[in-house]
Amino acid sequence: MIGYIESVETMGLVDGPGIRYVVFMQGCPLRCLYCHNPETWAERKENPTTPEELVEKILRFKPYFEDGGGVTFSGGEPLHQPEFLLETLKLCKEKGIHTCLDTSGVGKGLEEEILKYVDLVILDVKAINPEEYTKITSKPIQASLNFLNLCQKMHKKMWLRQVIVPGLNDDEEHILRFKKFIDSLENIENVELLPYHLYGTSKYKKLGIPYRLEGVPAMDIDRCKQLQDLLTK
Amino acid sequence: MDAWRGFKGETWQKEINIEDFIINNYTLYEGDDSFLAPISDKTCVILDKVNQLKEEELKKGVLDIETKIMAGIDEFDPGYIDKDNEVIVGLQTDKPLKRIVNPYGGMRMVYQELDAYGYKLDPEVDKYFNKYRKTHNDAVFDAYTEEVRKARHVGLLTGLPDAYGRGRIIGDYRRVALYGIDYLIEEKKKDLKNLTGDMLEPMIQLREDVSEQIRALNLMKSMAGKYGFDISKPATDAKEAIQWLYFAYLAAVKENNGAAMSLGRTSTFLDIYIERDLKEGKITEDEAQELIDQFIIKLRLVNHLRTPEYNELFAGDPTWVTESLGGMTNNGKPLVTKNSFRYLNTLINLGSSPEPNLTVLWSYHLPENFKKYCAKISILTDSIQYENDDIMRPIHGDDYGIACCVSAMTIGKQMQYFGARTNIAKALLYAINGGVDEMKGGVIIEGIEKMNDEYLDYDKVRKSYSLVLKKLSKIYVDAMNTIHYMHDKYAYERGQMALHDTNVERLMAFGAAGLSVVADSLSAIKYAKVKPIRNEEGITVDFEVEGEFPKYGNDDDRVDALAKEVVEELINDLKEHPLIRNAKHTLSILTITSNVVYGKKTGATPDGRKAGVAFAPGANPMHGRDASGALASLNSVAKIPYKDVCEDGVSNTFSIVPSALGHSLEERTEKLVMLMNGYFKQGAQHLNVNVLNRDTLIDAMDHPEKYPTLTIRVSGYAVRFNRLSREQQLEVINRTFHGEI
Repeated sequence: MIGYIESVETMGLVDGPGIRYVVFMQGCPLRCLYCHNPETWAERKENPTTPEELVEKILRFKPYFEDGGGVTFSGGEPLHQPEFLLETLKLCKEKGIHTCLDTSGVGKGLEEEILKYVDLVILDVKAINPEEYTKITSKPIQASLNFLNLCQKMHKKMWLRQVIVPGLNDDEEHILRFKKFIDSLENIENVELLPYHLYGTSKYKKLGIPYRLEGVPAMDIDRCKQLQDLLTK
Repeated sequence: MDAWRGFKGETWQKEINIEDFIINNYTLYEGDDSFLAPISDKTCVILDKVNQLKEEELKKGVLDIETKIMAGIDEFDPGYIDKDNEVIVGLQTDKPLKRIVNPYGGMRMVYQELDAYGYKLDPEVDKYFNKYRKTHNDAVFDAYTEEVRKARHVGLLTGLPDAYGRGRIIGDYRRVALYGIDYLIEEKKKDLKNLTGDMLEPMIQLREDVSEQIRALNLMKSMAGKYGFDISKPATDAKEAIQWLYFAYLAAVKENNGAAMSLGRTSTFLDIYIERDLKEGKITEDEAQELIDQFIIKLRLVNHLRTPEYNELFAGDPTWVTESLGGMTNNGKPLVTKNSFRYLNTLINLGSSPEPNLTVLWSYHLPENFKKYCAKISILTDSIQYENDDIMRPIHGDDYGIACCVSAMTIGKQMQYFGARTNIAKALLYAINGGVDEMKGGVIIEGIEKMNDEYLDYDKVRKSYSLVLKKLSKIYVDAMNTIHYMHDKYAYERGQMALHDTNVERLMAFGAAGLSVVADSLSAIKYAKVKPIRNEEGITVDFEVEGEFPKYGNDDDRVDALAKEVVEELINDLKEHPLIRNAKHTLSILTITSNVVYGKKTGATPDGRKAGVAFAPGANPMHGRDASGALASLNSVAKIPYKDVCEDGVSNTFSIVPSALGHSLEERTEKLVMLMNGYFKQGAQHLNVNVLNRDTLIDAMDHPEKYPTLTIRVSGYAVRFNRLSREQQLEVINRTFHGEI
């Protein structure tokens, strides 16, 4: 079995608990306005890797995982390569490695099976309103809601994230609605608002993809903190 | 005896044995930092004065130089900063920051130093010293072979201590506090009496050494007496213990100007006295911190007369007053005390500073609270380095300290013959160029075949490199034996050696620079195609690399194994040659800041590095080549073997931007602790930690006035960023920053 990896970060310190080996997988069905990794959109067939090879590399970092760290599958959209992901997760669990799935929840099947081997789900909640969701991602909201429900049904531990963009979703009313939504969920260990930044824009130029948020400034970090307080306090 | 009231244990009472004293009497502290006291009013006054003096000094170069009286334990009148507010006293000369002339290492250096600042040596001293006294430097050059001179001239061997004090010796300054000078003299006299047998060179030399040591101990007593203290008897309380210990250290820095004049491992020892005083109600926590703060201020004032070129090479005025904190006992109990916290707290009370070079001996089993406190202070000040107690303790026991940057030695039982380093990247070019220096020309190593292949052949190059390393090792050992024989003879550190056991174990510390360049170059030759570009004489001036090759710093065994193989081979080659005074061969992978200068003096290398480009510091991967994230880079360095191979240390400098470590200080602290746990668990030896933004450094380069105390760690010690040359600043900024978006 073969999977396609865009890149890895051997010292992920913000994508899950502890120190994490982050696997950025290729391919994503969404086209989020603010995506800062457009290079992971296409299903490029580069760097073919088997689950065994990948896990062998991950194991080199096991000494760093003992204080609660582990591996995080991110992307792209890791659910976009379900067979490979499932096989790799199984091997990780065999070796006693904590697994985390950083996803938008939009997959291609096998989700229930995959989740059996996931210790923590980091769900990127693009929006809770269907129109807004489609505006941001160019896709309907249903798949991600189904995934969220599945996680809830399976009592998965979850972290939620949302990117906050000026003029798009940075108003208090919006945050309070999000808060109400979260209150209806279980096993949510952490919620984090991520301020929109401009670091990804240069990649668009390189790739020749038009940038749809041209002219939108980066999200003010202090304002974002205020919203975070509103959400979590 | 009243001085020892309440102390437990017997062995240390019958013989000089500080380790036994500590193990029997120290109080483990597993709590957090909430007990720590702020700076006292008295210390504030002193600190202000010292900061003013240092500012003035920075403008002038030096504040003053003593040109009539030469270096010595008891040569100078007592000096003070502000007598009424000083709770710990003693300066190198009669005035703060007034520098000492030390001619014993060599006169040439003295003239250069004085000239640079517009001073002249007292004519009488000049006349008589030159006429009647031979220096270490004169003697070394009398004996150097032609081969050594050549290797030195082209920079195949550099930084050798043949014109200045070798340093890297740690006296057991604690002995003076616990036993008093008189007992130490008695013991040395007993040793001398027992040194009998055939009067051949080793015995004659040792008997002369011990006699000098006894003389030095008497001088220490006299020097302390001038400050109004009688150190002939043991210290009776914490204040005296710190004062006695400091006098012993002060004697060392009055007499010697070695590159690294390290302190040892004093915090837990002194904590025993502080705990006793606290229990007896003699002092408060505020007063305990005041004693430590003022002691540390004194250590920050230590300086030596150097040439501006020396300062440029080492970035400022480093003295490597290294103090080792933490670590574990042989029985697995942490050696952490409240005083370990107090030492680190000086970075908050007095502001961040390169000196003393605070070094945490890291063990996985250190108390969690201590680990967190260290990480927090690292994040706030970038002033701490970490070294792996779990790999050094099995070799040196539980009472060792670090000299300079990464050199471990058992305190009072081992000393080091410092040997700077050889440029192994240059040596690789010799393997290709027939032993000819690629920058200065001329055959430096005889008997090496020149390669004329269009593309370099790995096996051929590797074999030739082995031959170069073999021949180089002989030259290097010859140089070192000569230097240290003469140093022992003409510039013997009698005061420091008086605070060692008479039968001391000697470590001869060889060093190598350019490891990552060598690893990547060999990898390029092996896995890609490397075409040498040669000049008319057939010497390579550049290389064209076709294709990809694995690079050191990515946790890729194909290349990391090449690095490992080279250091193993080098130490084995060195071990082929016997050393003076039964010294033991050790090796370090450490460059200090000289990686910039080494690079300057080295031609283009097969890894694609251009001529003159800086090497990576220590065992670090080359800038920008560690592309798989920080941990892959750490994993590569962790493969360089310590035990039996690089036992003098493997230096790694690690820089990370704060936001990559986490959102809050608490989160960053936790992650940094995890990172060090993981790194050291793999048997890695050393880690310098910098947590700062590249933008901050760029801003500091353009606006130095905004960052007067910005301190960063480079290869085994810390420097003020503003004292780096622009070239060195750029090198630091270009160095791989982990987590940069």
